[in-house]
Amino acid sequence: MITLENINRSFGAKQVLHDLSFDIGDGRMTGFVGSNGSGKTTTMRILLGVLAADSGRITVDGAAITPRHRSAIGYMPEERGLYPKMPIIDQLVYLARFHGLSRQTAKKRGLELLEQLDLKGEPTDTLESVSLGNQQKVQIAAALIHDPQALVLDEPFSGLDPAAVERTLGVLTSFAASGAPVLFSSHQLDLVERLVDDLVIINDGRLVAAGTTEELRRQRSLPEWTLQTDADLGWVRGMPDISVVELDGSWARFSAPDSDAAEAVLRQALSVSSVTSFGPHEVALNRLFQEVTQS
Amino acid sequence: MSTSVTNTAAADGATNRAGFTTAIGLVIEREIMVRLKSKAFMISTILSIVIFGVLVGVSGALPSLFSSTDKVAVTSAGAKAIEGLDDIEPVAVDDVGEAKSLVTSEKVEAAVVESTDSPTGVAVLSLRSAPESLIGSLSLTPEVELLDPDAPDPTLTYLIGLGLGLVFFMAAMTFGNTIASSVVEEKQSRIVEILLASTSARVLMFGKVMACTILAFAQIGLTAVAVLAGAAVSGNDFVLGSVAEPIAWFVPLFVIGFIMVAALYAAAASMVSRVEDLPSTSTPIMMLIVLPYMGVILFSSNETVMAVLSYIPFSAAVAVPMRVFLGTIEWWEPLLSLLILAVTTLLALLLATRIFERSILQSGPKLSWGQALKRS
Repeated sequence: MITLENINRSFGAKQVLHDLSFDIGDGRMTGFVGSNGSGKTTTMRILLGVLAADSGRITVDGAAITPRHRSAIGYMPEERGLYPKMPIIDQLVYLARFHGLSRQTAKKRGLELLEQLDLKGEPTDTLESVSLGNQQKVQIAAALIHDPQALVLDEPFSGLDPAAVERTLGVLTSFAASGAPVLFSSHQLDLVERLVDDLVIINDGRLVAAGTTEELRRQRSLPEWTLQTDADLGWVRGMPDISVVELDGSWARFSAPDSDAAEAVLRQALSVSSVTSFGPHEVALNRLFQEVTQS
Repeated sequence: MSTSVTNTAAADGATNRAGFTTAIGLVIEREIMVRLKSKAFMISTILSIVIFGVLVGVSGALPSLFSSTDKVAVTSAGAKAIEGLDDIEPVAVDDVGEAKSLVTSEKVEAAVVESTDSPTGVAVLSLRSAPESLIGSLSLTPEVELLDPDAPDPTLTYLIGLGLGLVFFMAAMTFGNTIASSVVEEKQSRIVEILLASTSARVLMFGKVMACTILAFAQIGLTAVAVLAGAAVSGNDFVLGSVAEPIAWFVPLFVIGFIMVAALYAAAASMVSRVEDLPSTSTPIMMLIVLPYMGVILFSSNETVMAVLSYIPFSAAVAVPMRVFLGTIEWWEPLLSLLILAVTTLLALLLATRIFERSILQSGPKLSWGQALKRS
């Protein structure tokens, strides 16, 4: 488990991270969300040691992180880039050798990865000579070339076509399934919702929420329910402790302090009309995100 | 959550971070391989080797290409006077009248005839101007006593300054720009962030500077071999002879000075995000190379200025060898100069690494030298 504790960082007079703390669990996909400029990239750079924190500490299984730990992380920066004029396999080998791999091992692994990622083109082609989609595959291969023990990916899905998104997803989930910690940031909240086990939400460099998506939903001020009947539901507004969020004729969405209060609404509905559906309302992540970042 | 990042990494041994020297080696290897595979680099190297070699090779033959044999009409007295002179083809005539008519009809360049008025006993007749060599050899020369036959020739001094300066200047400019574009390429293509996650800015910086130095001296070394071969072919002892000691000083000063310039260029390049912005930060360095070089050329005969220039790191590589050649330098002075240069180079490397580390991840508007040094 990788743990960030009270990380602070300023650029000049502007403090971009404030006492940021969260965990990246082993074998768990941790989504890292926050609006633009909230400090996600800075956090990842500090995690990788590309930037230094002003204060705070990072531990791996309780021990302070070392360059060797960092070298075992597969990293995909937000700003993508490899050498445009260098043959694909050569640059993968070059990067791998900084992580202590021999030339032969690196080449073997590089060719395997390119095969797995279904690169269209020869490994000996220069990067600039293959299509953008294929360049992105090489970028993913570059993050995985040294057989990392953890992954940190900044916006891994940005700019990918749907097929590439699915392929990347496959790589990440199988990687996490092997027991390694995976942290990735994304703006595509629908994807994050589908994918993550844990969620870390930051706003203006401060942690606003962390936990499993279920926990986060439960942490919300009031849970919500939806109710569909065959008669007008205007009367719901008059129920005690209930506040109607949305009302559309015979359909209503309301929040209640607990399930007893919600069931009172259901009993009342059954007494006046027939009920088509009733159930707790699953809040979409993007709404959750808006709530926690705006409150 | 029991799988440990450390333990697994240590267990399979696959993810050891490459050590400082290994990593520098990787950077050097890549930089050199990229240049060797570059057609532009190879063509310019081969061209410079061939051109310099051929130039020196043919330079020995140059005087004979430009000299010609003059036809000179001579009377019997004249024939005696020009006896033993080179480059003269005598045309025997009977009297002064015949000689004059040959000169006016331009069948000969000049005529040498007897003259009672002349202290030499002969007179030279010519249409517009007489051949210098002819006049020279017929003139009376005062006795010459050389008090210091080994005193350096000012023209030769000037040529040495010009030549060494040109080598330093060209190498610094060419390879300075090579290293600068290599730094900007990594910054512009963004791969630098992946590299910095795998190794340190210092490794990238030192590796590039060392690779550039190796390439520069391989290129210059090969050119020097070509020049020496050309000199041997043409029998041109000017190149081989009197300049050996100045060149012996030039080499170490040049190597260290080059490293200093390369480090500064790398720092300049790390301050910009795009190749287009490069001139704005590299121009000050170019000035630091050009101005002392101009000083050495312009003040090659002023001992005081040359003494000062030999202690300035940017001009030492040219000024010290010139003073060694002139013999106006104390034995310890080149050593002191070398020491000053080495210390300056060390400072330049540290400064450049500092700027490089601080600004390499900065994208967007270019930094100024002041900003780059102040940034924390």
